This record gives sequence, C-alpha cells and structure tokens, in this order.
Amino acid sequence: MTATSILGKPTSRIDGRAKVTGAAKYAAEHNVPELAHGFVVTSAIAKGRIAQIDMADALAVDGVIAVFTHSNRPKMAASHEKYSDDVAPAGKPFRPLYDDRICFSFQPIALVVAEEPEIARFAASLLHIDYEQEPHETDFEKQRDHAFVFKGDGENHSHKRGKADKAFADAPVKVAAEYRMEVEHHNPMEMFGATAVWEGDGRITVHDKTQGPVNCRDYLANVFGMKADELRVLNPYVGGAFGSGLRPQYELPLAVLAARALKRSVRVTLTRQQMFGLGYRAGNIQSLKLGAERDGRLTSFAHEFIGMTSQFEAFQRTCVAWSSQLYKCANTDLVQKLVRLDQNSPCDMRAPGGCEGVYAIECAMDELSYAANIDPLELRLVNYSDRDQMEDKPYSSKELRECYRQAAERFGWSKRNPRPRSMKDGHELVGWGMASGIWEAMQLEASARAVLGANGSLEIASATADIGPGTYTMMAQLGAELMGVPLDNVTVKLGDSDLPQAPVEGGSFTTASVGSAIAAACRAVQKDLLRVAQKAAGSPLKGAKFADVEFADGRIRRKDGGAEVSFADAMRAGKLDRIEKEASAAPNDKSKFAHYTHSAIFAEVKIDEELGVIRVTRVVNAVAAGRILNPKIAGSQILGAIVGGIGMALHEETLTDHRFGRFMVHNLADYHVPVNADVHGIEVIFVDEQDDEINPLGVKGVGEIGIVGTAAAIANAIYHATGKRVRDLPITIDKVMRA
Amino acid sequence: MNNFDYARATDVADAVRRIAADANARFVAGGTNLVDLIKEGVARPSRLIDITHLPLDRVEDAADGGLRIGALVRNSDLAWHPQIEARYPLLASALLAGASAQLRNMATTGGNLLQRTRCFYFYDTTTPCNKREPGSGCSARDGVNRMHAILGASEHCIAVHPSDMCVALAALEARVLATGPEGDRSIPFAEFHRLPGDRPEIDTTLRADEIITAVELPAKCFAKNYSYLKVRDRLSYAFALVSVAAALDLDGGSIKEARLALGGVAHKPWRNRAAEDALTGAPATRESFARAADVLLREARGYGHNDFKIDLARRAIVRALTQAAAGTPQSQADKRIR
Repeated sequence: MTATSILGKPTSRIDGRAKVTGAAKYAAEHNVPELAHGFVVTSAIAKGRIAQIDMADALAVDGVIAVFTHSNRPKMAASHEKYSDDVAPAGKPFRPLYDDRICFSFQPIALVVAEEPEIARFAASLLHIDYEQEPHETDFEKQRDHAFVFKGDGENHSHKRGKADKAFADAPVKVAAEYRMEVEHHNPMEMFGATAVWEGDGRITVHDKTQGPVNCRDYLANVFGMKADELRVLNPYVGGAFGSGLRPQYELPLAVLAARALKRSVRVTLTRQQMFGLGYRAGNIQSLKLGAERDGRLTSFAHEFIGMTSQFEAFQRTCVAWSSQLYKCANTDLVQKLVRLDQNSPCDMRAPGGCEGVYAIECAMDELSYAANIDPLELRLVNYSDRDQMEDKPYSSKELRECYRQAAERFGWSKRNPRPRSMKDGHELVGWGMASGIWEAMQLEASARAVLGANGSLEIASATADIGPGTYTMMAQLGAELMGVPLDNVTVKLGDSDLPQAPVEGGSFTTASVGSAIAAACRAVQKDLLRVAQKAAGSPLKGAKFADVEFADGRIRRKDGGAEVSFADAMRAGKLDRIEKEASAAPNDKSKFAHYTHSAIFAEVKIDEELGVIRVTRVVNAVAAGRILNPKIAGSQILGAIVGGIGMALHEETLTDHRFGRFMVHNLADYHVPVNADVHGIEVIFVDEQDDEINPLGVKGVGEIGIVGTAAAIANAIYHATGKRVRDLPITIDKVMRA
Repeated sequence: MNNFDYARATDVADAVRRIAADANARFVAGGTNLVDLIKEGVARPSRLIDITHLPLDRVEDAADGGLRIGALVRNSDLAWHPQIEARYPLLASALLAGASAQLRNMATTGGNLLQRTRCFYFYDTTTPCNKREPGSGCSARDGVNRMHAILGASEHCIAVHPSDMCVALAALEARVLATGPEGDRSIPFAEFHRLPGDRPEIDTTLRADEIITAVELPAKCFAKNYSYLKVRDRLSYAFALVSVAAALDLDGGSIKEARLALGGVAHKPWRNRAAEDALTGAPATRESFARAADVLLREARGYGHNDFKIDLARRAIVRALTQAAAGTPQSQADKRIR
C-alpha cells in the first residue's frame, strides 16, 4: 500500500470524547429496570471442600432475593469441556459454583443477590461457611524439584540443536545464572463486572467486561445449554484488561445463572480484592547457561524455564524460544517446565511468555557482555540472527539492526563508560542498560462488515473489542482509507457478539486480523460500486476493470486520468441507498517466513545507593512493527507498555502466605504499579519497516512489544550503575541493599 | 460491609453525647480509611456520626506562640497553609509525603491521627489478627512482614502506624486536644499512640467517648534545620518502609537540640530520647548522626522479610540528619534524594 493522507497520521482517538465525558458506558454501568445486584463470596481456604453453608442469616436480611451456592444452583453443564473457551489452556477448566470442591483461595463459592448492591454485600458477610480443609501447596520454590515437562497442549516448548552441554564446557567465556519473577496481577482500572439483562423471552443480553464477546457468548451457550442466538454479549468499551479479560471470568456465568433463575436482570461486580483471585502472570525461575567465544559469538545457549500452574489446567506460553529468534547459536538446549500448585490457573498478561523469557535472556546476554568484555549492544550485533532457528525460516521483515542503531543514537549510547559504577550525577550512581525485544506478529481469521451509504457514510463493524489500544480509531482510519471516504464519515461498531465474528482482542493481532477483514469487506463494496457506476447511461467508467480504477475522496477515478464518478452518483444510478458487504480474512498458513516484531530498549537509572532508591530517568525504545497506521495511538501503546515494564522491573509482586495458600496483597495500595513520580522521559521511535509478505496492509501490531525487554534494560542499567546484579524481579530497595 | 445508622453531629457536645451513647458508633470525617475498613468488613460500626460540619476547620495562633490546628483541617489545606509552610515546614513536608493529592484533599488532621495499620492480615478477615480479632493470633510474625515493625513490637502484634503527618507531629512535640464527657484534656503526642503490648486492638490512648478537637504545635518550630525523608517501594503514593523526621537547633557546628522521629518502624511514631540526647551538644557530623542511629536502633529486631529495615533505618536517619544540618531538606516534589 502506498502512503496516504489518513493512514500513518497521528490521529486522536475517535472515542476519546465519549470516554472522557462519561458517555461511554462500561459493563457495570448499564442500568435497566428491576436490576438485582449480586455479590460474590469467595473461599477463605486454598484446598478442601465446603462442608456446609448456612445462609439463614443472609436470607433474613430485608432486600435479599436469593443466595446461590453449589448445592442449590440451577442446572449447569457437567463436563469440564463445556467450560472451555477460545483461550483456555489444556486441562479441566474451573466450573464456578459447580460442586463443593475448593481448588484455590478466593474461589467463588456463593452469590448473594439483593435489591441493592450494599444489601447484597452486607448479606454476603452473614453467610456461615464450614470448610473441610485439606493440606495445600502453594510454595513454588518447595515444589521446584517436582517440575515437569507438559506436552499436552500440542505446543513445542522445548528445543535442542547441537550439543549445548559440550559447547558450554568448551567455551572460553561463560555465564550461568538463575533469574526469578514474582507473581503479578493485571489490575486494569475497570473492575470485572457483568450486567445480565433478562429480555423476558428467555433471551439474555450481557454487558460484560471481556476482551472477547464472541468467546463469552459461546462459553455461556455451552455452560447453560442455550442457543447462540438466545445470547448476546456486549463490550463496546473496556477499561483495560492486559489479558485478564481474554477468558470468560466468573462474574459472567454467575450473573447469567442468577438472571435465568430469577427471571430478572442481575449485575455482578467483583471488588478489587476479588480480582486477585482471577488469573495472574505466573511466578517463575529461569536458569540460563551461555557459552561464547572470546569475541562474543555464542556457542552454547541453555535456558530452563519453570513456571507455575494450577492443579486443573496447564497454562504455559512460549518462554524459551526467543533466544533462537534473536541470536545465532549452533548449540542450544531450551526447556520449559511447570509446577502444579493449589492456586487458580495463571492467564495471559501482556506479552505472556515473551515478557518473562526475554527478561532472563537479555539479562544473561548483558552478563555475557561483561564476561567477554564487549559492549552489550555490540554483543547483540555479533550474534544477530537473520533466521528464526526454531522453524529455520527467514523473517518476513526484521529491522532490528535499525532499531538498535536509532535507539542507541537517540539515547547517546556511545558516550557510555562501560565500567560499572563509573558514571555519576552528584551522589547518585548512573546506569545505562539495554535489551532487545521481540514478539510474535500474529494474524487470526476474522470477519468484518462494511456498509457504504448513499451520503458517503461508512460503517465498519466487527465483533472484536477495543480494550483500550485505540481499535475504534484504527478501524475507522482503515475504513476511510480503503473505501476512499473522509475519516469523519466513518462510524465503527465493535464489542457485540452479534456482529461479524472475530477473535478476542489480544496477542497484538487485532489490527492485522480485523484490519485485513475490513480491507476485504471494503473491496467487496467497491466492486459493487464500480459495477453500478458502469451501468449508468454514458458512464465514463465503462470498460474499466477493478484494477483500472481507484477509490478516493468519495469518487471512483480511472487511474489513467480523466474520468471519474462520485460514489453518490454511482449509487443513484444503481438506485441503491446502501451497499453492505461482509468478508473474512485469514492468515497465510503456508508462509515460508517467520513473523515477528522487534525492538531495542535503552534505559537510564539513577540510584541513591545508600538508600537503595532507584529512579528510571530515561527510556528510549525503538520498535520495528511493520507499517504504523497511527503513530499517536501506537506510540501510546508502547509508552503504556514501557510503564508496565518499569512496574515489572521495580514494583509489581503479589506476595503469598503459604500457610494460608493465599495471595496477601490484594489492593492497589499494596500492589504497587508505577505512579507518575516513577515515570520520567520515555521516547518511542518507530523504525520504518516495509513488509509486503505478512499481510496486504503490511501491519504487525504493537500491543505487547513495548513491555518485552524493558525490565531487562532497567535491570542491566542497575547493574551498570551499581556493579550489583539483582536477578530477582521486582528489584526492590532491600534487594539493592543486600546485593 | 454491615448495615449502620448515620447521624450528623451538630456541635462538639452533641458529638460527644452521641459517641458516648453507643459503644459501636464511630466518627466519620474524611472517611479515607474508615470507609475502606467498613467495606472490607474490618470495621463494623453500628452508627456513623458525621462530624464534618463541626467548626473545627481553622488554623489559629495559640496563646503560647504556637499554632492550634482544628481536627477537621484537611491534610492538603494544612500542608499549604502559609503559617505551616513558613513556621513548620517539617510538618508541611511530612504531609506532602503522605498518600496522594486526592486523599489529602479528603483526609483530616484528626482522622490522620486515628488511621489504622496497613498490615495485610489486619485487612484480610480470613486470617488471624490480634488487632482485628483479639486472641486470634498474629499472622504477620511468621508471615508476609516486609512492611512491619522493627521497634516496640510484641508477640501479639508487629503492625506499624502508617501516618507521615504523625511522625512530624511527634518530632515537634505536638499535643492532642480531646473533649469527652468529663471535659477537655491535652495529651502529649508521645502518649497519644501506644505500643501493641498485649492489647494490640487499641491504637491510642483516646477514650472511646472522646473526640479530637485540635492538635497544638508549640512555638518551637525548627524551621531552619529540618528534613522529612521517606523511603518507600515506589517514588510516591506508597506507605513508608522507613521515614525520618529530623529537626535540629544548631549553634554553629554543634547541636543545641535535636528531634528525631521515625515512621514505618513501630506501632507508633517512634521517638527515642536517648538518641536525641546523644546528639545534644555533639558536632553536627556524620559520625554523630551514625551514633544516634545506633542508639535509636539498639533494640531493633526484624521478623524475616523486614530485616533490611534496620539497616535502612540507620542509613535514613543519617541522611535525614545530614539534610537537616545542611539546611537542604528533602523535597517532596523532586524525588531525587538529597
């Protein structure tokens, strides 16, 4: 595609006004007549069974309508498979309120429904629950020796090439280190909530906080044995999710369960505390062994990743493969393992797997640079790989070299004194560190609808979501550009399971997937438009093939110049008031290329060593992600992800008390994310990257790449500043003092 | 959250009458802590007595040359009050180190004194906690105790008082004015908060039927050589791991009088006269500061996760005293530590 006036321009969000004025309604803000309110009661223990729930006191409260538990709930599907969803890992998905088994602390065990939310919450505190407690295990370190390789998800998480052990033994330069990360929770601003609207005829419309309305509708249909057309799930606005809303969360089935049983509308919202009982980024231990020649060339790369999962599902994502995509190495031994714990299943959290794996890989590379006495950036270039060695494929595009060059130049990397503890600003130690980032450029099958009106209006519709990245705006820009109408003429409908089917919004694949479907739908509309334009008596477009014309400024124009017909005239000639087309687009499964986005991150820290206080004063991130449709909102994605990376590096951890098998951090006062004071200068560079192979739009997606590598760049900067290597995230004051 | 009644007090006498009539009633002003506690089922008041309309929202000169701060003066108003900024910058600085601008806009002076610990277990009603449920045990001693006390704790409770403002008030030797059925009394700040001992459920010496009406600052204000240094897990909006209020009265290079109070380390703002005495008459040097820190921390002990706080407190004391002596107090706007 060629450069245009609409794509590639920094355009503000078309939904911005609705969001800042409150006109945009979120899942728990839809008020309907006769709405009842549900409050969830969660388990105090990590493992065992519910012996008894005495609900008499709760039911006696004025305004309480019902209390639902496993013992009195309406019929739900029995088989675990019915509770699976598009994003579910292998295993037996959790069945909320299904039986008396307790599998994790904070598990929902009852729903109290009342006329007012406060009444429901009060009554919930009056339930008397007797547990039969069983010994639980949540201590990851203790279970480390029981880690196992899980192959049941059909993914290849392990990989061997050559002889890594021998190469490591023979290597003149070596690094062996172990890295750790604590559990993290997503903590989006919007709390999980569902408003299930009883439509009176058995049909239910649900406003839910989710990243995928179609996924949720299908889940509900399976769980309650309903037909898909009896259900509609809406999520036009989502207040962030970071992956926590990919799978249906329990507020959804509980609201629907109650609405069906009571034959009235029911809302269920979770508290911030309860959201710590949902999925999380798994804590992990990563052991790396790198061997290299004296010039830094890698000869051996061994990476073992141990993650955690629940007793009932095996959640894992690609964690160890990334080094084989970034760095040339003949001898590798990559393996992923899992440990089962009595806690809820982890779930995807921004750049799942990549974020964790690349952290350890890029810190180990930093350690190798010091061991080999080579500049960290130079080490990356020495080992640069032009092929994905996992699949042995070339890249459809990989402007990572240019990312390194541009980011390093902007950052001023050449002025770095390589010696740790050598740079100072007053009494503060200054550290400069860098890392690489990589993420998949995925595309999934998706469909979209385009409706062109006689007045030049264009409506784009698809059942994907906009969880915050600016999908409405991207889709409007694409529609305007591809159809050839002004941006102001375009309206976009998203977040509705009745719309043309599309996957969950996640994985950085929405723009490529839904964007490609919009392109196909617009093309179908244009073909009709050309046909009717040619039917008019004396049409100047007669005889023109589709390839002979272009669609711009509301007109069909012969590319060879001269003749043109306005969309309005064409439709008048065809006696049409609208042209509506739906189309799907699917990725090219037979591609001979590997598809990835890349980045180079440079970070500066200033550290008060005596007190262990770290300030991230500067971050420069250069990203190569194909064609950037809107540098403003794409830039915001990277900015936000870098802030997430600062949190990962310095702040975020959900501490567990293993005696109770329970996360003890469950509010935003104790779960620290970066605040304004923690965020200083962040500069985002988009490196030009043309990719004609990946999809016709040449886009890759930018939702996740910004967090990958950021924590490593900061950790490496901390080492450069202090000469102390802290390998466990988050790097808190005590760890800096202890190192 | 339980059902509760709500009443609005018309004057201080009415407030006292209402609180005395119902042992489970609580005053509510800014509500920044109490409402959270109610929502989580930690506090279960039968009645909330709204005192926000009482005429306790003024900062006035006191007869002894000090300042009298009404109990309902908001934290943000107090921090930016010209008299506080000019005469008691240590207090202004401590206030601005606490919470967020939004919370400070709501939080009151009296409420700040009465805020409860942020111990994870105190907030989680599924776990034992002697402060929440006397006799149930202390989960923090052998649990997640990164934020917990290193001084003055007991086997029953290792929680810390979370306030920043109170640390400055302790250093300034403020007094708490309270009114009850038996009349008014003035409580020295050091005697207001208590150590947990075997009654950790009781945070202060304020009686159940008393209301705080004001906080009085003495004339001595340490406006020249002071610093409030707060070390925390992020650069703003986090409770202190350790905070230090340092105030010095210097005579050339030697210390005439010293005040040193710590936050985040004990069940109350921690002052130690012996440490202050060690500074009195000593030269204002790093060695003197380190010696005072050693005295203050002589009895300190950790409980695992919080062991590092002993060393951190030592370093923070030295730094805060250094800042105070140099007349370069820690800025709460610029997060670079001076």
